[in-house]
Parts: sequence; structure tokens; C-alpha cells
Amino acid sequence: MSVPEIILEVKNLKTSFATDSGEVRAVDGVSFKLPKGQTIGIVGESGSGKSITSLSILRLLASNGKIKEGEVLYKGQDLLKFSEDQMRKLRGNEISMIFQEPMTSLNPVYTVGQQIGEALMLHQNMSKKEAHIRSVELLKLVGIPSPDKRVKNYPFELSGGMRQRVMIAMSLACDPEILIADEPTTALDVTIQAQILELIKELQDRLGMSVVFITHDLGVVAETCDYVAVMYAGQVVEYADIRSLFHYPKLPYTIGLLKSLPRHDIEQDKLEPIKGNVPSPHDMPVGCRFSPRCPAATDLCRAKMPQLETDEKGNQVRCWIYSEEWDGESEVNIYGETRIAKSRGTETVLPD
Amino acid sequence: MEKQELLKVEGLKQYFPIKGGFLGRTVNHVKAVDDISFTVYEGETVSIVGESGCGKSTTGRAILRLEEPTEGKVEFRGVNLADISKRQMRNYRKDLQIIFQDPYASINPRQTVASVLTEAMEIQKVLPANKRRHRVEELLETVGLLPYQADRFPHEFSGGQRQRIGIARALSVNPQLIICDEAVSALDVSIQAQVLNLLEELQEEFKLTYLFISHDLGVVRHISDRIIVMYLGKIMEIGDKTSLFENPKHPYTKALLSAIPVPDPDKKKERIVLRGDVPSPIDPPSGCRFHTRCPYATAKCKVEVPVLRTASSMKEGHEAACHYIEEIESGEKQPNY
Repeated sequence: MSVPEIILEVKNLKTSFATDSGEVRAVDGVSFKLPKGQTIGIVGESGSGKSITSLSILRLLASNGKIKEGEVLYKGQDLLKFSEDQMRKLRGNEISMIFQEPMTSLNPVYTVGQQIGEALMLHQNMSKKEAHIRSVELLKLVGIPSPDKRVKNYPFELSGGMRQRVMIAMSLACDPEILIADEPTTALDVTIQAQILELIKELQDRLGMSVVFITHDLGVVAETCDYVAVMYAGQVVEYADIRSLFHYPKLPYTIGLLKSLPRHDIEQDKLEPIKGNVPSPHDMPVGCRFSPRCPAATDLCRAKMPQLETDEKGNQVRCWIYSEEWDGESEVNIYGETRIAKSRGTETVLPD
Repeated sequence: MEKQELLKVEGLKQYFPIKGGFLGRTVNHVKAVDDISFTVYEGETVSIVGESGCGKSTTGRAILRLEEPTEGKVEFRGVNLADISKRQMRNYRKDLQIIFQDPYASINPRQTVASVLTEAMEIQKVLPANKRRHRVEELLETVGLLPYQADRFPHEFSGGQRQRIGIARALSVNPQLIICDEAVSALDVSIQAQVLNLLEELQEEFKLTYLFISHDLGVVRHISDRIIVMYLGKIMEIGDKTSLFENPKHPYTKALLSAIPVPDPDKKKERIVLRGDVPSPIDPPSGCRFHTRCPYATAKCKVEVPVLRTASSMKEGHEAACHYIEEIESGEKQPNY
């Protein structure tokens, strides 16, 4: 297999917010790679920093937010070193974004056509008329019926699913290289979600976009993504190709997350919840951030923060179990599953 | 053991008037719930599922008379709750409790946990005043919180913990039926699993009956004994969990199940993508309400309202409201996309 071009690489990104109660490190060491034409899912529970990661990539942070460290390499260039002017040319043009709430992210006092046309006139120097024609085409592309009429509608005249289609049309206006989708289907009903997911996939195939998909829904990830970065308390804690992650997750947190998920497609006996709560950003554990909740945590885990270790497949995991320094059992039981530690065990064998 | 009927809903309708025009007259109605009937037996968990606007929450609220139902009977242990006076209804409120979706909005931020929990006991006179404090601490332990947290305010708790307070409040009056209206929807997966397990443990311990309202079919499969699928104010299908998930009969149920993403990248299944959006409940489609989006719809579906029935291939108690259960099954009717 040839090595695919990496279109976006985030390296050790750290973003902090200045608040009244001190500095909050919302993103604290995020790294991942996105090969061209592929989809990466960023999953995590609320407060894990997944949305802040996406906003940091486009440098759309609120005024009290600051990127402290790291690199965001888009086609090899560090976006964090770009001027505000250069960034403006890039946003909505080469990298565009769709948000969770289509009602609040569309401007209620402009028609749908005006909002799609804005980016076209700005980035592609189209005339008002050209922009209008292209807007109608885009609405048609995203499957809105009678687009020539809908283009004159205001957002309130459209349903939630339609609005999300408009958002997608808007983000596609300039044929972006990368589409960042931040929980694009979370506010929608499942049957509408299915339509939107299908649409994004179809457009990706047709236009060759790369997609960053931010979601808390592991089902959506399994269905849409090629790679996954799992986030916990501001860090990427596991990065893997989709099949490895779902069939043989390594990190105790990921295993726990999959075990807590009630499934509609199979019969489960009892859920295996993760104990405790996500740590407060003001009071992060010293060692591994998951250690207070982890069933396999040792003294090492509680004392020292593990680094992302890369395996032979290029997958990464932030966990002491898979390092030379592991001080626990060689066979570790995590939520009913067994994992072989690196230092004491032999080669891991994938189960069927 | 003979199943005991606890709650029987018959012909329940909930119409909300739309005022308009020059004199502010009622010009139309939102038919949120339109003639539904079902029974809940003691000790079981029945779920109502459906997409937004299908009337599932309205059903829950109408049962408790948080909104006065337009028509129909709600029998609780043989007494029609829709018929009795508000004063009499108050006596029943301790038997029927509700847990809401939003743990942030459903607890008064200016009350301590102890006062939240004693309030209902006071009104319902479940315990003499001097024993209430002890009961509060007991309740907190039951739901997995610590007794010393009784004097804290809601903002000092996380979302999952707050939902536990909501559960403790419902339990404080020793209810028989708890309506859980999207009770775990706002929670993260790891916390959601904790709360679901807690609900199951409590059911066993206190012999509770749950009416579980949710849009999440994963959660519903996990917790329910029987499931009701609603669409635009009507029941489309009702059945025990296994029948409904393994052998769904209504085209809507099938589409709904196929639309949910499965957390397994190798499980590629055939997806039925429904066209269009849910129509407005103000002017719902004639005949079968699903006909505008149904891939099997015919002229008959547009005029004739299908009734819930059990076809020969279905287990007892499993009913679907579709004219063409047999034809779809035999392959005689093919979907028309």
C-alpha cells in the first residue's frame, strides 16, 4: 500500500482559556493525522475538548482562548503561523465547517441564497447573479427539493434537516479540501440523520473531500469514519483505524465506553459503566487523566502521565499498559476483556 | 403469575388549540396525540419511542394531567384519572412520578438537595417531619450519592449526579409508576450506563413500573419489556422487545431501526432511507399517517386508517397498524423508492 498524502496533521495542540477561576486547559496535547480523501472521527464525551480542537484548527476561538503550543499542518504549512488575512482566505474556502445547531448558525435575517452566495462572492469573485445560480445548484446537490424556490427562503421556513442541508451546501460552496463537521447530526432525528450522513458520504466520494467528523456517537463514527481519535479530558488518548478501534480497543477508557453503550442491534445482559465522573478542568489528576476511574490503574498510572505510544500499524494509545514501564499484571482485565501488557506479555493476538 | 394491570390508557387524545385570526379564535389544533390505547402491567417497563413531534412526551404528560387530556381514559388501578377532580388527583400524584430529561432545568437551583427531597414528602405527608431527614440520607445512598451531600445545592453536582437527585426525588414518595421522560438522553454514555443500571436496580428493589419515553432505541432495547412505536400522534407498532427488534412489521419501525448507526464498522446493513421530513401534526396526512414517506404506500393507505392488528406471523401481543403486513412479508409488495 502506498503511503497516502496527509492533508491535515495536528501535532501536540494545546489550547487554554483564561477564566475567572484561572487557566482552563481545554485542549492539552492533541495529535492526529488525516490522510487525503478520508474521514477521521474525533469522539469524546462532553468537555473532552473535541469542539475546541476543531475551532483551534480554524483559529475560531473566543477572545479569551489561546493556542499555547503545537502545530496544525495543512498541506505541510502550519496554520498557526498564518496571518489573520491568510486565514480568512482559507476559512470557508479550502477548509470549511458545519456546526451542530443549524438554527443558530444560520443568519435568520438573510435568505438561504444570500448566505450561500456570500462565500462565493468573497472567495470566488462571482457576481451576484453567478452566485445565485451556483447557490441553486448547490441546494440541488444537497438534495433540497425545488431549489429555485427554496433559495429565497429564510431559515425559519425550513425544517431542521433542511437547514442542515443548507449548512452543508454553504460549506461546499467553494469545493473545500477539508470539511470539519462538528456534531452535524446530533440535533436531528435518526431518520433525518441517516439522510444527512448518506449525503455527506456521497458528496465526499464525488468531490474527494477529506472530513473531520466530531461526534459523541460511536455508532455514527463506526459508520462514517476511516480513522478515530478518542479524546478524554483534553487529550487524544487513542488513535486507530476504525476496525482496530471497534474490534480491539486497547485503552481501558475506550473499552469502557464501548461496554457502556446500549445497543439496539444486539441483546446485552448488563451494561458495564465506567465509574465516577470526568475530572474537572480545574483539578486534573497528576498522572493519567483516566486513572481515578480506570479499573486497571496502578501507582505508576496515578503518578505519571503516559505519552502516546505508536504501534506497528501506526495506531496510538496513551496508556502505561502498552509501555515498557508497566508495573501491573502482564494480563490485564479491563471491563471483562483481557489485554496483554507490553513489557511482560508476548505478542498480542487478535481474536476472531 | 397473572399480570396485574396498573395503567390503562384508552382512546387518549391531546389536541392543542392554535389561536389566530381577528378574534383570536381557535383556528386549528395540533393533534399531538390522536387516539392511542395501551396497557402497562405492574412491574414491567414499557417504552414509548419515536422521533420529535410524535407525541411521546405529550402522552406522558397527559397521563399525569400536567396537561389536561382532550379526550380518553387514563385508568390507574381502575380509577380514571382523567375524570377525577384536581384535588383528588393530588392524592394519586405520589403513586405516579416523573423524571425529566434536563437535570439542570428540573431542579430548583436555590433549594438544597435535602429541601428538594423533603418537599414532596411534606406535601404528600409520607413521613412524620422528624423522620424525613433520615429518609433523605437514605434516599441519597439508594441513588449512589453520599448522605453528607444533602445540604449542597444543585450546582455543586454534575449532570449525572443531578439526574440521580431527580430519581431520588421521584422515589421520595414511594411511587408505583415512574414516567421517565428522556431521563438519560442528556447524559454522556459512561454516565448514562450508570443511571440505566441504577434504574434497573431500583426497579427490582422497589417493584417499580416504568413508562420510559425515549428516542434512543439502544437505551430502549436495553431497559424495556415492551415497546410502543409512535409516529405523528398514533401508535404504529407495539410489542415485546424481542418481537419488535427482531421481527418488526411496520414499515416505519423497520426504517427507524435501519436508520440507527451501529457501533460496529463491519456490520453493513441495508438502510431504508426515508424520503422527506415528518409532516406537520396540525394537518396530519389522511389515512395512514406514514403514507407520505412510506415506500409501500398505495391509494388505500391515503384514505383508510389502518388499525393495530396481529398478523399470523406475529406473536401474541405484537401488533402493527399497517394494511399490508402480509403482502410485504411475502414479497408480494415491493418497496417503491
